[in-house]
Amino acid sequence: MEELILSARGLNLYYGENHALKDISIDIPERRITALIGPSGCGKSTFLRTINRMNDLIPNVKITGSLTYRGQEIYAPEQDVTDLRKRIGMVFQKPNPFPMSIYDNVAYGPRTHGTRNKVKLDEIVEESLRGAAIWDEVKDRLKKSALGLSGGQQQRLCIARALAVKPDVLLMDEATSALDPISTAKIEDLAAELKNDYTIIMVTHNMQQAARISDNTAFFLLGELVEFGETEQMFSMPQDKRTEDYITGRFG
Amino acid sequence: MEEANIMPQTALEVCRNEKCRGKGLSMGRKIYDRGLRGLVWLCAGLTCTLLVFLIGYIFYRGLPNLSLEFLTTQESLLKGTMGILPAIQNTLYVVGVTLVIALPLGVGAAVYLTEYASNRRLVTTIEFATETLSGIPSILYALVGYLAFSKTLGLGYSLLAASLTLAMMNLPTIIRTTQESLKTVPQGYREGALGLGSGKWHMIRTIVLPGSIDGIVTGCILSVGRIVGESAVLLYVGGMDGTMNNFFASLDKFAHSSGATLTVQLYVFAKERAMMDPAFAVAVVLLVLTFLINLAAKVVGKRLRQR
Repeated sequence: MEELILSARGLNLYYGENHALKDISIDIPERRITALIGPSGCGKSTFLRTINRMNDLIPNVKITGSLTYRGQEIYAPEQDVTDLRKRIGMVFQKPNPFPMSIYDNVAYGPRTHGTRNKVKLDEIVEESLRGAAIWDEVKDRLKKSALGLSGGQQQRLCIARALAVKPDVLLMDEATSALDPISTAKIEDLAAELKNDYTIIMVTHNMQQAARISDNTAFFLLGELVEFGETEQMFSMPQDKRTEDYITGRFG
Repeated sequence: MEEANIMPQTALEVCRNEKCRGKGLSMGRKIYDRGLRGLVWLCAGLTCTLLVFLIGYIFYRGLPNLSLEFLTTQESLLKGTMGILPAIQNTLYVVGVTLVIALPLGVGAAVYLTEYASNRRLVTTIEFATETLSGIPSILYALVGYLAFSKTLGLGYSLLAASLTLAMMNLPTIIRTTQESLKTVPQGYREGALGLGSGKWHMIRTIVLPGSIDGIVTGCILSVGRIVGESAVLLYVGGMDGTMNNFFASLDKFAHSSGATLTVQLYVFAKERAMMDPAFAVAVVLLVLTFLINLAAKVVGKRLRQR
């Protein structure tokens, strides 16, 4: 029996009047890749950003129901948001390296959380860049600006930056949608390796990508979770008619 | 796909061969085109000529009257010297004190308005107010400053009261330029930092402020220009005395010294004493000083950005 890491029970989210997530209940297992799919505006990104409380940044958001991370209520008043975000890292749709050196980008997280020791930082930076399969490409120019890297390299740098704070879960919000096919393949390979140590939850618009690399898939439609199950099962024998219509390309 | 490739090429060729080079234009449109181009050139030329003439004339009239003695002494009947060292010192004091007060306040207010404030209507109102305030004639600030600092706070005619007034006057400019600059920092940077578990202030300090250093420096330069060039406030609140102040001798001296800055000194020379030669010499000093301060601000900004 695999360990559950995230559980939602009757989770609702409102942007003002707009009911964006409707009664979501889901159990996400540890060290697996879970893909969230669905047409634009279905709530999959909203759900992802609910997990590390990035929605806190948006005014007028109301959340009801329960969402727990390792048994801990994420929206409990006593929850330390910075600690939560340290453990649940995020990679964004558009690569967003900071306008500083490659080294400083990766060291940003550890420094934020109090690591000052140069030797220790060097270690973390190398380990994280290796972990994100970009070490060999950047090891000779760690002090150069991260903005000089290609889009695909920037995205892997962002993954390295997220890994540097030693997270438990990695959220990927359409992390490959702004990249070319070769960079996308690299990130997919990387995700497949990372799942040995991390739980990955990814939003994707690319159905083949979900089918290729995820273990479980959740299908969202109009704010509802229509179906959630093993990816193979879902893509070969969907239980719900709407899922079938979507993955066979009849809408969306 | 192929068609799509061919289309722009042919369109480009047509463009190259005919219209865009002006060959296919009718006579009337050609004249119109030339005429307008000439007009724009004329505008640019006139402006440049005016500027060059102004600077040239000031240097032409001022430089012969400039001497080391003029720059390093104060006026004294006994010694027979006529220098403007007090005015230079007073100007530097005013610029320094004003910036030390206005910069942290202005940057802080801008950070609050763009990063923290959640009430959109309040923010829009404040933004509108700062915009209006930055366009108000300085004599109004002088009036308020005189009542608030000289009278109510009891600072009298003093350069400190003048600096406080100037700080008030420059706050809108600093807030606006800093705010504009903060808004250009991509949202992705903020999300990236917060996503790594950075606290809000830490994110602002390490990512947002370094990214908007350019705007802050611009605000500084604009303010320095206004401070150095200001005369109404200084005449009204700062005093016109031309003797040396020893600002750092005591707290009382720091707070209550009054005196003329360069612009006020220029006014005194030109209008009260009808001495045009030293007036032009002061003008040269003002030009050079403004240039030097702006240069320094740029260099500091560049240094900060590299770090």
